[in-house]
Amino acid sequence: MNFELTEEQKIIQATAREFAEKELAPAAADLDRGGDRKIFLGNLAKLAELGFMGLGIKADYGGAEAGSVALSLAITEIARACASTAVTLAVNNLVAEIIQAAGSEDQKKKYLRDICSGAYPAASLALTEPCAGSDSAAVAVTAVRDGEEWVLNGSKIFITSAPYAGVFAVFALTDKTALKGKGISCFLVEAGAKGLTIGKEEHKMGQRASATNELSFDNCRIPADALLGKLNSGFTSAAEGLAGGRINIGSLALGIGLAAMDYAAAYSAERAQFGKKISSFEAIQWMIADSYTELEAARLLLMSAAAKRETGKSHMKEAAMGKMFATEAANRACYNAVQILGGYGYTDQYPVERYARDARVTTIYEGTNEIQRLIIAREILKSI
Amino acid sequence: MNFELTQDQKILRDSVRDFVEKEIKPIASRIDQEHKIPQELTDKMAELGFFGSYIPEKYGGAGLDAMSYALLVEEVSKACASNGVFISAHTSLGCDPILHFGTEEQKLKYLPDLCAGKKIGCILLTESDAGSDVAGIATTYKRKDGHFLINGSKIFITNGGSRGTGILFATSDRALGHKGLSAFIVDLSSPGVSILKEENKMGIRGTSTAAFAFDDLKVPLGNLLGAEGGGFKIAMETLNGGRIGIAAQALGIAGGAFERAREYSKQRKQFGKPICAFQSLQFKLAEMYARVETAKLMVYKAAWMKDSKLNYSVESAMCKMCASETAAYVTKEAVQIHGGYGFIVDYEVERMYRDAKITEIYEGTNEMQRIVISKALLS
Repeated sequence: MNFELTEEQKIIQATAREFAEKELAPAAADLDRGGDRKIFLGNLAKLAELGFMGLGIKADYGGAEAGSVALSLAITEIARACASTAVTLAVNNLVAEIIQAAGSEDQKKKYLRDICSGAYPAASLALTEPCAGSDSAAVAVTAVRDGEEWVLNGSKIFITSAPYAGVFAVFALTDKTALKGKGISCFLVEAGAKGLTIGKEEHKMGQRASATNELSFDNCRIPADALLGKLNSGFTSAAEGLAGGRINIGSLALGIGLAAMDYAAAYSAERAQFGKKISSFEAIQWMIADSYTELEAARLLLMSAAAKRETGKSHMKEAAMGKMFATEAANRACYNAVQILGGYGYTDQYPVERYARDARVTTIYEGTNEIQRLIIAREILKSI
Repeated sequence: MNFELTQDQKILRDSVRDFVEKEIKPIASRIDQEHKIPQELTDKMAELGFFGSYIPEKYGGAGLDAMSYALLVEEVSKACASNGVFISAHTSLGCDPILHFGTEEQKLKYLPDLCAGKKIGCILLTESDAGSDVAGIATTYKRKDGHFLINGSKIFITNGGSRGTGILFATSDRALGHKGLSAFIVDLSSPGVSILKEENKMGIRGTSTAAFAFDDLKVPLGNLLGAEGGGFKIAMETLNGGRIGIAAQALGIAGGAFERAREYSKQRKQFGKPICAFQSLQFKLAEMYARVETAKLMVYKAAWMKDSKLNYSVESAMCKMCASETAAYVTKEAVQIHGGYGFIVDYEVERMYRDAKITEIYEGTNEMQRIVISKALLS
């Protein structure tokens, strides 16, 4: 066993931390309250310059070729300051990895460079639909071949980064007669494609600086070569990528949880009640001890999943475990942090209020934790 | 043992429920988004007696019991926690101290306007360095020229923005600790009172949470509430009763979120069937319901003890702790059952999740409730 990071991983972690502290933290509260999106997009551009938009992408395609552990570390550090930026970073890397895994040489050359360089402010994954949430194989958006084009119809919801994404990885039904999940293909649709409309932006509990929108396809025509990977196997070819996405979201939650507890622990050492610092009370000490222990355990689960992923080992179960455990630990950490700050923690004068709202969705998106439990159980039971 | 509500209590609960469905539920989301309870709604609630539920009729109240008051706050909070605390802080913290510690003259002077909703009540206890530690209050009072002169500041004053009638706590000498505290009935529209800011909060956004400064505020000698130096006792007894109000609010939030989650789980289909057909969902609902019912019994028992004139300090601490943690748990699960939709403001559970959190903090943090309970167990 070796729990040390490599020199390169340490440098990436330190770079992300420094950037988060200097550039992201000062703007995060304002962006949460509806601040200027230009600042948000500007930060994404700077992250691309630092090479963070393609950490798992080969250098040939403009990536940093640093691996899944480095990506996890970077997302955690970014999320400590701004979860909205972190989720955008996570989704960009996810889409890039899906394209790298399944794309043709032309697709990789065309899209990966633009995602990695920041020429595209973001990339989006368009899977969820009103009736296809946890039941993601129930997608009803259709893609029909017409000559040298595909014609897309239907709508998607909850699409992260939609208004500023350069490219969308869209899952659509290409064979209605196939068994469920076996007739779905993935397409790369460029922003501005005729017939693609970006719908209303959702007003959310947290991660408010990141846009979440509906997409609708109304006879949206895309070229034949927009198909990503094999016809009718979009769902299976995306599975590996989605496992990576789970590590990303677990890492994001870890960052929020750490930020909340770091703030609350420091606060408890300053705040006096009953003539002494509240950190001297056992009740507060236990909250701190419990939360840091859970967050450390979450970190180890995520690191183990990421290490397996970057060395090409099976990591379906580990990624689900890391996502589930880290997101729940982060929510408990935020809960404790708000509690330690008392009434102050409920106001927006202190960042823990935002952390608590931002953390909530992590047990929901990228596969609800209920689905993670199904995956974990399935992986365990299939080997018996 | 008899777990039935009386006929009167049932009638009251049902009529409040009707009112809430028609008048509050449709605008609860707007109240949250606009950070404001519309005056027309306040007027309607005043007309129905929501602001003086258990105050005797001779002081302008509805003359109901504490159980009916708990039912009122619970039903309102099922749809709108901001209105739940609006009523609860007004009644338990603004009116109650006058009813219990005031002179007949004070009661006749202040309670009718409070019960009629012409003045909104609040308590001015918390300060920046006196949260859980009430004895740390630094706002001072002294006698001067036939008045009390009050100087200092307060934070987190629920309902403060209405500038109605406040029960203000101040010390004659900080060195005396809790023995130096006295309570005063204060008109918050007086000169010398200024609002420093309104907090922007995670939840219960429809209620005002204000910070005040008092600069040579003149209070008539006749506005001292109870005995001089008796403020600590007034604060503790008031918070004791107030916990039932907050517990009822938390219970309402939990019950409301449970109902919405149950409905949604029957409608929402995934994998070809309603999600309530999945055992993991069924178990969630079972646990949520069991916890709501447990909290309900705790809250109703504390209210019954108050009505029966029994000592209910441990029960009120336990019901506040239990109901608020139930609200946090049930709203968390309700959001989870709604999936992505639960994170969107178009769905009521998003607001309920944010609203629930404060019930574990205000009216004495749950850490303070645990201290109250364990002290009583070990004394």
